[in-house]
Amino acid sequence: MFAYIVRRLAYAVPILVGVNLVTFVLFFVVNSPDDMARMQLGAKRVTPEAIAKWKAERGYDKPLVWNAEAPGLEKLTRTIFFEKSVRLFVFDFGFSEDRRDIGREIAARMWPSLALAVPVFLVGLAVCVSFALLLAFFRATYLDFWGVVLCVAMMSISTLFYIIGGQYVFSKLWRLVPISGYAEGPDALKFLVLPVAIGVVAGIGASTRWYRTIFLEEMGREYVRTARAKGLAESAVLFGHVLRNALIPILTGVVAVIPLLFLGSLLMESFFGIPGLGSYTIDAIQAQDFAVVRAMVFVGSVLYIVGLILTDLSYTLVDPRIRFD
Amino acid sequence: MNAPTLAIERLATRLDTVQGEVRAVDGVDLELRRGECVALVGESGCGKSMTALSVLRLLPETGRIAEGRVLLEGTDLLALPEAAMRAVRGRRIAMIFQEPSAALNPVLAVGRQILEVIRRHTPLRGRAARARALELLAQVGVPDPARRMDEFPFQLSGGLKQRVMIAAALAAEPEVLLADEPTTALDVTIQAQILELLARLQAERGLAVMLVTHDLGIVAQMAQRVAVMYAGQIVEAASREQFLRAPQHPYSRKLFDALPGAEKRAAALAVIPGQVPPLTGEFRGCRFAERCDEAIERCRWVAPRMVALADGHLVRCLVREEKGPAAAVGEPTLLEARGEPQAAASAPLLEVRDLKVHFPIRRGVLRRTVGWVRAVDGISLDIRAGRTLALVGESGCGKTTAGKAILRLLPLSGGTVRFDGADLATLGRERLRRLRRAMQIVFQDPYGSLNPRLRVGDILAEGMRALGVGASDAERERRIAALLEQVGLPAEAAARYPHEFSGGQRQRIAIARALAVEPRLVVCDEPTSALDVSVQAQILNLLRELQARLGLAYLFITHNIAVVEYLAHEVAVMYLGRIVEQGSAEEVLGAPKHPYTEALLAAVPRIAGRRERVRLAGELPSPVDPPVGCHFHPRCPQARAECRERWPAPVRLSPTRTVNCVLYRSSAASNI
Amino acid sequence: MPVVLVTDLLLWLLVAVGIGYARYCARRPHLAAPWARVFRRPAAVAASVVLAAYLVVALADSLHYRPALAQGGAGARAYSVEVLSLLDALLPALRTRSEKTYSAPLATRSYAKEQVELPGGGIARDYPRLRWGGAHLADESEWAADVARRVAQGLGVAAALIGLAALATRRLRRRRPEVPWQAGFWTFAALAALACPAFALAQGYHVLGTDKVGNDVFYLALKSVRTSLVIGTVTTLVLLPVGVALGIMAGYFRGWVDDAIQYVYTTLNSIPGVLLIAASVLMMQVVMDRHPEWFATAAERADAKLLVLCVILGFTSWTGLARLLRGEALKLSQLEYIQAAHALGVTHARILSRHILPNVAHIVIIALVMDFSGLVLAEAVLSYVGVGVDPSTSSFGTMINAARLEMSREPPVWWTLATAFAFMLVLVLAANLFADAVRDGFDPRVRVAAAGAGVR
Repeated sequence: MFAYIVRRLAYAVPILVGVNLVTFVLFFVVNSPDDMARMQLGAKRVTPEAIAKWKAERGYDKPLVWNAEAPGLEKLTRTIFFEKSVRLFVFDFGFSEDRRDIGREIAARMWPSLALAVPVFLVGLAVCVSFALLLAFFRATYLDFWGVVLCVAMMSISTLFYIIGGQYVFSKLWRLVPISGYAEGPDALKFLVLPVAIGVVAGIGASTRWYRTIFLEEMGREYVRTARAKGLAESAVLFGHVLRNALIPILTGVVAVIPLLFLGSLLMESFFGIPGLGSYTIDAIQAQDFAVVRAMVFVGSVLYIVGLILTDLSYTLVDPRIRFD
Repeated sequence: MNAPTLAIERLATRLDTVQGEVRAVDGVDLELRRGECVALVGESGCGKSMTALSVLRLLPETGRIAEGRVLLEGTDLLALPEAAMRAVRGRRIAMIFQEPSAALNPVLAVGRQILEVIRRHTPLRGRAARARALELLAQVGVPDPARRMDEFPFQLSGGLKQRVMIAAALAAEPEVLLADEPTTALDVTIQAQILELLARLQAERGLAVMLVTHDLGIVAQMAQRVAVMYAGQIVEAASREQFLRAPQHPYSRKLFDALPGAEKRAAALAVIPGQVPPLTGEFRGCRFAERCDEAIERCRWVAPRMVALADGHLVRCLVREEKGPAAAVGEPTLLEARGEPQAAASAPLLEVRDLKVHFPIRRGVLRRTVGWVRAVDGISLDIRAGRTLALVGESGCGKTTAGKAILRLLPLSGGTVRFDGADLATLGRERLRRLRRAMQIVFQDPYGSLNPRLRVGDILAEGMRALGVGASDAERERRIAALLEQVGLPAEAAARYPHEFSGGQRQRIAIARALAVEPRLVVCDEPTSALDVSVQAQILNLLRELQARLGLAYLFITHNIAVVEYLAHEVAVMYLGRIVEQGSAEEVLGAPKHPYTEALLAAVPRIAGRRERVRLAGELPSPVDPPVGCHFHPRCPQARAECRERWPAPVRLSPTRTVNCVLYRSSAASNI
Repeated sequence: MPVVLVTDLLLWLLVAVGIGYARYCARRPHLAAPWARVFRRPAAVAASVVLAAYLVVALADSLHYRPALAQGGAGARAYSVEVLSLLDALLPALRTRSEKTYSAPLATRSYAKEQVELPGGGIARDYPRLRWGGAHLADESEWAADVARRVAQGLGVAAALIGLAALATRRLRRRRPEVPWQAGFWTFAALAALACPAFALAQGYHVLGTDKVGNDVFYLALKSVRTSLVIGTVTTLVLLPVGVALGIMAGYFRGWVDDAIQYVYTTLNSIPGVLLIAASVLMMQVVMDRHPEWFATAAERADAKLLVLCVILGFTSWTGLARLLRGEALKLSQLEYIQAAHALGVTHARILSRHILPNVAHIVIIALVMDFSGLVLAEAVLSYVGVGVDPSTSSFGTMINAARLEMSREPPVWWTLATAFAFMLVLVLAANLFADAVRDGFDPRVRVAAAGAGVR
């Protein structure tokens, strides 16, 4: 078990290196720092001096990977690659366009993101699993049929409409909750109710349908027939046998997502004005703040890999076949 | 005779399929009495499992019971509300299934799966319930039940899992046990253990058992009464003795004739032409008439009723009704004498020496190899042209791996494979490709062995094209037509797709594919084990005929002893990666010397002449960590101290026969 | 002068490929059978009618030309820099009649008050009459009667079309009784009953209102259809070869090939989808800004951006398909017919092309149709984030983005959003229903995670 975790962690390193190379190529090879400077400065103010100043302020005035002028080891370290990409490994993200420490910003904005993402995740999981169980229990009836139709209809609606519609009806028309904003502490509740509800509703369609297929697949297995042959009631079969098995793919699929909750939700946060990492990312994209985008790419990859490892671990916890292997 | 515990009357079950409504069970009458085992026999698709499932009302969702009654001591189960029916399931009628690894819930400890029944149907709770479960496990012969209670199904072997299934089924002391092919998924030595257990429990508890099976040997060993099913109906019902002495329905008689065995070596096996008719339509006459060689004109127009012959033997056949009972079966009818090819003294076509196939087990951070699965651990054998060597053993003994390694479909870990003088083990890729023309393989699964997206003609042409057989497309096309004719398929088959053919026909196509490149050696990897007996007979006949005509050598890999007896010239018995005994078929099968061979042969359920049983305890150990010394010694009834020390050297008992067992070391010299 | 945009070419190419594939399938029973199963479902037939309607609009919008400028003199003819499409030519009223700013559906007056000169002199603040919407009405009190008349005209045409469809349905039912043609018929009837009155009204009004700069919203929505279809289909053209080739190679060869391919897709997968797309799009934007000389017209430039978006979406979403196909190829390579092919000395290339590829084709098809709706939804989000299509390209995303803040106005400007919502819902719902039927018809066990799932 220990060896297994160590191996998975070791496997993460080449992946992060790969992510790093991809972002480096995207940000510095496809485009030169000059292009970025031009873009940031805007068409009017582009003079060679302005570009040089912009680059110097941000540390882009170095060669990409090999600094022939620098002495010794600094030939490697005093380069854009080392300073901008390799430093990410120690979570040194540098500064954003408005000269703020990106690392500190991320640490601060993580909490509002979690305050929104965690309830959406937990409530959504509970709602979707129960809904799917209901459909599976009443399989091949009208309830099941219309339930699935509803799911397909719900997953055909863009999240944008859920948000815009929800804001309009609950905040503007009925004035139940503030339209957007955020506050620390318990005050956050009134700001979070609507986004959480919308987040849950927007996810119902796709998840319920997926869980339902898993349940139905399990219900077709032979051990279910054995359980019925024992004289167990249908509910006992469903909860005692099917649920246990179906939870294996559901849980492991879900566990991979947990670390990514830190990243928050792009749309939800930007629409509701929640100062989390999601709106941070969107703002950075819209302001073309490459340093922040680069940092978020790296953080996202790290979290994804953590999710992979957690998935493997969760398998060993819920599936005895793997636990004892 | 006491009143029946369970009486099935005019049961009709329908299944909805894409082809339309299938009359899977169509008017079945059957009675089960206390302490009696009734065998429901038939080939796949005849409706025997559906009958059993209908009794418990556990049909798949597309199925429904259209008609009939199922009386359990007078109560019609089909009229019960679902809640009352649940009180019957498990409590009064229990069922065990074919595949124990699928029938047990993989994520629940086996103890819980037994306790579940105890809690549902008995007042026992807590410690008392657990004690009862332990007792049950002990009764079904699970060693160390206290430990096993908390283990999960995947930790148990197939035989143990089936024992657990039986324990769960019997936990609430039902009166009736429905056993649906309970040993089909098990090895023959394990099958013998389970059958013995079932027979014991039946006798002890006075159970009424309905045993659904396709194996006439099991019928002969277990049943008191027999019912034969064909196309959704029971066509014959009789006591075991009556049935075995003189089966009356032409279908039943054909089934017996189609069984391979040593006594039929001289002739081709009887076959049933055609296929089971589709059960979607109405039948006017006898359902078997199209395939029956005794059929008279009336059979096609008049549906036969079940009639009792003089001794209470029931049969659904107009011919018997008119002409009276058929004679007892005596000697098998010789259809056509078969000239045994001469035991050629020529040099062997294939010489395998000390072949090893080991798979690495990787563990730890760096995936270092920490051990080896010794799937094949040094086997040697010779095959001559025109001869059949049967490689026999139970699942997991490495026989399939050996077959594939000989063809270099798997990498070898050691040893030499000389084919016609060339050592395959060291041959380069290009030379190997050229040699592939001479060696081909036929697989077990007729469904997985043909690419569903290619026409039969393309399947046959592929190898020819790859290996450069036939100069032009036109020539290859002629050859394809000839091949199809050779394996008994019409020439139009070339333009069709595999799914349009039945299992037996697909196996013919697979054989034709192998023959397309004119091989001299064909490895047959369990080619008939997925087929019904009547179809198996066709394929065995075909293989023998091809051998006689083309002088092919076969390496025939199988676990089916009857097939070996019928087909093989030489036999090699494998156990845990090694050959324990080999020799001519007459020698090995007629007078087995190795204790394992003896036990293996004894475990095969026979129709006639029960042998003195040598029951093997335990199961095949893992090839990761084989027992030190003779691999067989932990299960060997005659093991001695020296068996634990080293693998016994082969002892030559006759010019053609060797055995690896210490029992024969001293006597060997004097015997020869 | 005809103008061939790259996405036009690809879209038509895809249509040709689709027709070729259909003919290829029709001659092979094992390929035709699953499609026959698909079209035995009423929902699939209804959905394909809807999708066909969208496709007609998109294809009409994919034949581009530059109109000749009416200029005297022989010699070289001058062409407008504006690139128009067949759709524009068919609907001149919609394209050219733009108002000053917002106006509600079927309105005759503007949404915003302006200084209006009173007939009797003097100036008042009032809602001015629209330049085009209802301009033909001398008296606004005739409005209701006029609208009713136009609707009736439209319904008349619709009734004629529906009658024709009914005849066609009867003939089709006789030829193929197992297909639920009625479902298709009713869908067609509903579409005709909506579309014909809409076009009839569009001759004199803005059926769905106008947007901030006075463009007809109905026209914008029709133009957006093409963008959606391009993104949903052209993307798969990029994703397909990469995903299929890498997926089956990883599963078939195993060993280091598998390790390498798995490494690549785990790495790509580990970057959050939106960020990878955003970063790529931003970077391509910079490249394109640096080379304005690549594009002759603004339309070509916008089209190039659309294409780049498709390529980027394709390259970031092949991993799902590859992973699925790897698993399937892994299973297939264990099958006995593959081993038989090895025993027959068949080469790897032939095994991959003749044995593996045809046997994973059903998964590819399922993945393609399931991806479509995901991509359409992703486009909206990406355009909202600002990394989607060019702002000059009309798409549902740009429509939503432009209108989302206007819900807070009083009275709310709801029609742009509602239009985008309705058009998208119908498209995505039809695509989802169709995809469901395809999955059930081909292989109900396959679980495909839709492309663009990370974006939504």
